[in-house]
Amino acid sequence: MHGRRPFAAGASRRGAAAGACLALGLALLALACGREERGAAGSAQAPRPIKIGHFASLTGDTATFGQSTDRGIRMAVEEINARGGVLGRPLEVISEDDRSITEEARTAAQKLIQRDQVVALLGEVASSRSLAAAPEAQRARVPMISPASTNPKVTEVGDFIFRTCFIDPFQGAVMARFAYEQLDVKRVAILFDFKQDYSVGLAEFFRKKFVELGGEIVADERYTSGDIEFRAQLTTIRAANPEAIFVPGYYTEVGLIAKQARELGLSVPLLGGDGWDSARTLEIGGKAVEGYYFSNHYAADSDNPKVKDFVRRYEEKHHEVPDAMAALGYDAAGILADALARAGDVSGDKLRDAIAATRDYDGVTGKITIDEQRNARKDAVVLKIQDGKFRFFRQIPAS
Amino acid sequence: MENFLQQLLNGITWGGIYALIALGYTMVYGVLKLINFAHGDVYMVGAMTGYYLAHAAGFAAHPSLYGLAVTLLVSMAVCGALGATIERVAYRPLRLRGAGRLAPLITAIGVSLLLENTGQLVFGADPKFFPALVESRELVSLGGISLSNVQAVVLATALALMAGLEFVVMRTRFGRAIRAVSFDAPAAALMGVPVDRVILGTFVLGSALAAAAGILVGLSNPKIDPLMGIMPGIKAFVAAVLGGIGNIPGAMAGGLLLGVIETLVAGYLSSTYRDAIAFVVLIAILLLRPTGLFGAPQTEKV
Amino acid sequence: MRERALLLLALGLLVAADVLLPRVLNPYYLTILSRIGVAVLAAVSLQLVNGFTGQFSIGHAGFMAVGAYVSAAVSVHAGAAWLAAWADALPAWALRACYFPVPLLAGGAAAALAGLAVGIPALRLRGDYLAIATLGFGEIIRIAILNVDAVGGARGLSLSAPAHPGLDLRYEGLGAMYGVVALSVAVISRLVYSTGGLAFRAVREDETAAESVGIATTRVKVEAFVVSSFFAGVAGALFAHSEGYIHTNSFSFLRSFEIVVFVVLGGLGSITGAILAAALLTAAPELLRGLGEWRMILYSVLLIATMLLRPQGLFGQREFVPGWLRSRREAPRAAARG
Repeated sequence: MHGRRPFAAGASRRGAAAGACLALGLALLALACGREERGAAGSAQAPRPIKIGHFASLTGDTATFGQSTDRGIRMAVEEINARGGVLGRPLEVISEDDRSITEEARTAAQKLIQRDQVVALLGEVASSRSLAAAPEAQRARVPMISPASTNPKVTEVGDFIFRTCFIDPFQGAVMARFAYEQLDVKRVAILFDFKQDYSVGLAEFFRKKFVELGGEIVADERYTSGDIEFRAQLTTIRAANPEAIFVPGYYTEVGLIAKQARELGLSVPLLGGDGWDSARTLEIGGKAVEGYYFSNHYAADSDNPKVKDFVRRYEEKHHEVPDAMAALGYDAAGILADALARAGDVSGDKLRDAIAATRDYDGVTGKITIDEQRNARKDAVVLKIQDGKFRFFRQIPAS
Repeated sequence: MENFLQQLLNGITWGGIYALIALGYTMVYGVLKLINFAHGDVYMVGAMTGYYLAHAAGFAAHPSLYGLAVTLLVSMAVCGALGATIERVAYRPLRLRGAGRLAPLITAIGVSLLLENTGQLVFGADPKFFPALVESRELVSLGGISLSNVQAVVLATALALMAGLEFVVMRTRFGRAIRAVSFDAPAAALMGVPVDRVILGTFVLGSALAAAAGILVGLSNPKIDPLMGIMPGIKAFVAAVLGGIGNIPGAMAGGLLLGVIETLVAGYLSSTYRDAIAFVVLIAILLLRPTGLFGAPQTEKV
Repeated sequence: MRERALLLLALGLLVAADVLLPRVLNPYYLTILSRIGVAVLAAVSLQLVNGFTGQFSIGHAGFMAVGAYVSAAVSVHAGAAWLAAWADALPAWALRACYFPVPLLAGGAAAALAGLAVGIPALRLRGDYLAIATLGFGEIIRIAILNVDAVGGARGLSLSAPAHPGLDLRYEGLGAMYGVVALSVAVISRLVYSTGGLAFRAVREDETAAESVGIATTRVKVEAFVVSSFFAGVAGALFAHSEGYIHTNSFSFLRSFEIVVFVVLGGLGSITGAILAAALLTAAPELLRGLGEWRMILYSVLLIATMLLRPQGLFGQREFVPGWLRSRREAPRAAARG
């Protein structure tokens, strides 16, 4: 800091002038941008579309969740619009990326509500992100339907928050039962993602049920989403000699964990939840995930004609097998459209009541009824990873 | 006991990566007294370069040690060039102007942000998965301690590179020049050492090592993304400070030690403290022995 | 006399802003304005340490985090109950106006304590070592908060009290926020440009020389640090109460770097420079959203270019005060400095 040349007196004035010009320039730019936005909206002649917001992780660590859900939603909306739309108006989906970051979900939801004035929100898949956004939707009295968040806390935020999937007390019990009764394992280790509400909750419900059934949790380790190194925790787990490891996390970490477990000589099966459902699990885990099981919302290779038809249409359009997120997104959009039609009106309160009154909606992922807690009671399936694919293994009816 | 030894092995392997990155920090600090904040991002570029090369050259489809070697060397060369470019464009002009210690630090932050954001633009923000150039499996299991073939490759490569650097620094003329400039740059200049070229060479060496670290991490922890260099960069820096910033064996020791500490904390305490422990070590070292484990106490001339 | 008139005018403008702006502006722009307010206060408070005392601190976001979380916790656990209890006694606006300073002061005080705890050990170090130590402390604070489940942990903290669902604990009034910011800037300004404040700059210019003329340099540095942390805490509290939701991800070292950039680009040692840089650099990325990914690249290039071409930043060590704003008392001194 010593010996700097003292600069001439004019320097600060020049600096100020530069700053002022910059400010002026930016202000003009802002004005111009603002004008563009407003101008674009005013030129509609066809019936004004009903705007639906979808906030999702289109990029980032859980990108396939957002991308699949978005495809499912848009496919549903296309089909609905082809049939004439809802209330004589077409549906328009506006998607906002939260980059798999928790507080970005809140910003994304806010943008959709305030900037785009959507009548309802669809999202998110990850429970933590739904929890971040839900208070905004509740405060603005805009109905929000999460297609795939399974942590019970999401719908507890308020009466405008719904979900069209099952919740984790059920899912945790499904895998606990499966492990204890089907696979006949009595000693299980848990490795969960302590930064995600989904993983923390699912681990807790599994733990409770498994112990209740008479099993023993021999190791309870944790990691953080975004971690790439799990050998320390896996070594501790190995020392406890489990017969299986429950890993209720998201697919990116699960793939890495599976590989590193094998490298450490762990040959016991890994079990998981719907967070595993992504083509990436197979890509990242490769041979390491062969023979493992996880619970899910639906099986793409199901014999159910409705599912087969959906899978065929989706494959035609996107050249890949739809995962559960796509199917759930498809159903959530369908339910929203159905509720809009029943409400007769896009107002928040009426729409909320209509969604709450959904009974026996015939969806791809099952018959969906919204209960008093604004959750859906649905069956679960257990999938097995075999020959590099997810295969239907067992159906577990809703409890 | 075998649990502890396994954790130790895991820690040393993981620490080897920190050591490779830390060497770059320490060498640059030694000759320039500059903390090159952009160094962690060079590591990221190394991993990304390896990713694209492996796919383009077909190594991804046909895993082999040969493919790994080529990927490693090319990546190191590319990042060496990158390091040289950064030095020439961002740091040298400030040095020639006698800009003090603060301006280059800020510039380093700017370069770091530039690399990260350009990375996001060019590579996309989604994580990528480094191809398995070596089919990972358990290699040996001795008395309950596993060593996977990937870990073996990482360890061997890291140790070889460190040995190589030690040779260059202690046994070659260039290495002597680096040591001279680290010790007293103006005096070295007076003795005819081409200081600018030495500095350039230091950046090339350090960046090449960082690139190697990136490839090795791609092998053992295949998830790579444009922001992957931030945390390891800071931790490697902590490792360099731990060993004594400016001290080359210190950086190696610091890296290995930090890797072991981190793994033991994650294994025995809780992995939630994995990142925090690096900072706790940093504060502890700065308060208790700022010159690091191997560093010499510095006197300040008034 | 002129000062008093200006003060009343300013007060009136702030109240008007509080009432009128939400009706006139899109909430998106209101958010940008409130983020500018927070950025300005964060930058000016850092300027005290980095610019005027010459200590390179890059952990500022940690103190903002302390202020944000403590103020939010106060509002959620105590403020809500208090507001609900007095709901019938006073009209809502008066109630909130009375309450508003409480979380701000709580956040500021907590951050000041943190500043003391960090400053005493860290300020023993010099230059690069100090920078790294502050970076480390900033991260430790952030990770520590992340692990406290009572304030939301990895889920973040929402400013809502479950016991009083209808109650909105946010304070979105821009007038009040900018009033606080202006007051804080005035206090820091007074502190720095007072006779006692010369000590800060003495430490910056040459610590050993300052010591030898009898300035207790350690005490001066710690003082600067604590005052700076206090206002960082207030900035954090303002952030928490205008956003209504906080998450530790907003207080990472990237945020600290951002604030350092404001201070350096504005000119190390210029309060007005820091204000201008903070405002411009916070507004620009939002307004230039159309550029997408390029805006961050532009931002980093701007930083590098500035250091290469104009390292003293916008105003260097000078303040930009237009002549008509200067009081008659100051004018001759300013002219002499010239």
